Amino acid sequence: MADEQRRGGGGGRGGRGGARGANAEKGPAQRRSLFRRRKVCKFCSEKIDYIDYKDVRMLMPFVPDRGKILPRRISGVCAPHQRALQTAIKRARQLALVPYVTD
Amino acid sequence: MSASRQYELVYVVSPDASEQDVTDLHAQVEAVIVRIGGELVKSENWGRRKMAYEIGPHKEGVYVLELINGAGELMKELERRLRVSEKVLRYLVVRVDEELRTAERARSRRKVRTGPPGGEGTGMGTDGGYDRDEAEV
Repeated sequence: MADEQRRGGGGGRGGRGGARGANAEKGPAQRRSLFRRRKVCKFCSEKIDYIDYKDVRMLMPFVPDRGKILPRRISGVCAPHQRALQTAIKRARQLALVPYVTD
Repeated sequence: MSASRQYELVYVVSPDASEQDVTDLHAQVEAVIVRIGGELVKSENWGRRKMAYEIGPHKEGVYVLELINGAGELMKELERRLRVSEKVLRYLVVRVDEELRTAERARSRRKVRTGPPGGEGTGMGTDGGYDRDEAEV
C-alpha cells in the first residue's frame, strides 16, 4: 500500500515538472488504470480442480528462475489454489521434477 | 480391517539401471501388492527424463508411476523395499483418494452452478458490472 502511494506521488511530481497542475492531479488515477491490471487466478479461470504435482508444465510458470515459489501477490492466484499449488510444487521437488534452488 | 485407500507411488530409478532392472523393480512392487492384498490400478513408465537437480552423480532418471489401491501397511512395506533398493534414487508416496474426491466435488458443484441456462446471461451481466466498478476504484 505505502509502496503504491509513493509511486503515485512520484508520478505526480513528474507531472508538476511538466508545469501542469491539473495534469498532476489526473496522474495517479490514470497510472492505476494503466499499470494495475486486475489479476485473476489462473486455476479458477481455467477451472482446474486438482493441481497435479506430476504436471511440470503446469507448475513451472509459478517457479521463477531462482527456483522459489512465485508469491500470490505477483501471480494473482487465489488463496485456496496457492495452497494447493504450494504442496504440488513441494512434492514435485522431492522427485526432482522441479528445482529447490537454481543459480 | 483397514480401509482401502488409493495411493500414488512414483519412484526414480538410476539411469545406470538397465531396462531389465526397471521391469524387475516393477515386478517386485507388483508382487508385494499381490502378496499383501492390494490392487495395482495403473502403471506408467515415463522413461528417462532430465532431473531438475543432480542426485549424486546422476542428472537423469527413469520415472515410474504406480497407482495402487490398498492399505497403509502395504505402502509401508513398499516404502521399506524402495528405501533398501540401491537402484532407486527417489520415491514418493501420496495418498490421493481424498484429494481426487475434493476435486470431483468442486467439479460437480460448478456444474450445478452453471447448470440453469437462464441464470447465465444475468450472471454475466452483473459480472461485467463488477469488473467495471473495480477498475474504477
